[in-house]
Amino acid sequence: MPIVSITRKVEFSASHLYHNPAFTPEENRRVFGKCNNPHGHGHNYVLEVTVKGEPDPATGMVLDLKELKQILQEEIIERMDHRFLNYEVAELSGQIPTCENIASLIWRLLEPRITRGRLDRVRLFETPDLFVDCFGDGESGSSGRGAR
Amino acid sequence: MKLHLTRRYNFAASHRLHSPALTEDENWRAYGKCNNPYGHGHNYVLEVAVSGPVDPATGMIANLADLDSFVERVVIEPFDRVYLNEDVAAFRERVPTTENVCIEIYERLRGFPHAKLERVRLEETSLNSFEYTGDSGMQPREEQR
Repeated sequence: MPIVSITRKVEFSASHLYHNPAFTPEENRRVFGKCNNPHGHGHNYVLEVTVKGEPDPATGMVLDLKELKQILQEEIIERMDHRFLNYEVAELSGQIPTCENIASLIWRLLEPRITRGRLDRVRLFETPDLFVDCFGDGESGSSGRGAR
Repeated sequence: MKLHLTRRYNFAASHRLHSPALTEDENWRAYGKCNNPYGHGHNYVLEVAVSGPVDPATGMIANLADLDSFVERVVIEPFDRVYLNEDVAAFRERVPTTENVCIEIYERLRGFPHAKLERVRLEETSLNSFEYTGDSGMQPREEQR
């Protein structure tokens, strides 16, 4: 059977700030620039989630997009939309909420929820000119990262 | 899990597709109006993807300020608002098809010291784009569009 990729896009708006408590104020400023402004700032994040697999012969679908939409709603939108990522997303606590770290969290949240097909790529746009792609390790089956 | 950080940049430049190895007629057949003698321009959109470990102290694969200043210095400054055929030495001897521009940009960016270059994608227009991920053993084709 042919392998097909399907991609669903969602948007969420959130604020963040970059600050490492182990750095001096000067280091924070030098490394993070204006992303270190103390009250944070926000983005309209655009998330593209790609699932790959064989279409089910009975339905013609890799994964019902309604189901994927529901998973994205529960795992991502409810957790991150209109939130201050540093303070309101527990899984990011102790990390700098860069696009790299948010994309990687999104991967870890979604991977165990995708039971038909396989999560193939998470692409997170912080702005139209900056995005991070997250891919699996290319091994078959789950990478075992199911921590929530 | 693998992560690629991708940044988009813009530059505007002109070019003319013309190969000295071809006759006038052959050039016209190969390149059509892209062979018009005075060249023409595009708003190019460049995507640069890099990978590497995420530094736990910064949450970053590479600091964007470092990536931006490197890309600005080695690509944008020399490619923006120029006639590629004349103003970029590499294209005095190589037809500046977007394939070749893409490869030239990749070669210039692979020296980025803070992360591994994964991919260069270049949009010549919003309808045409080209990608290069390093030498795959295939030679770029210059004879056809």
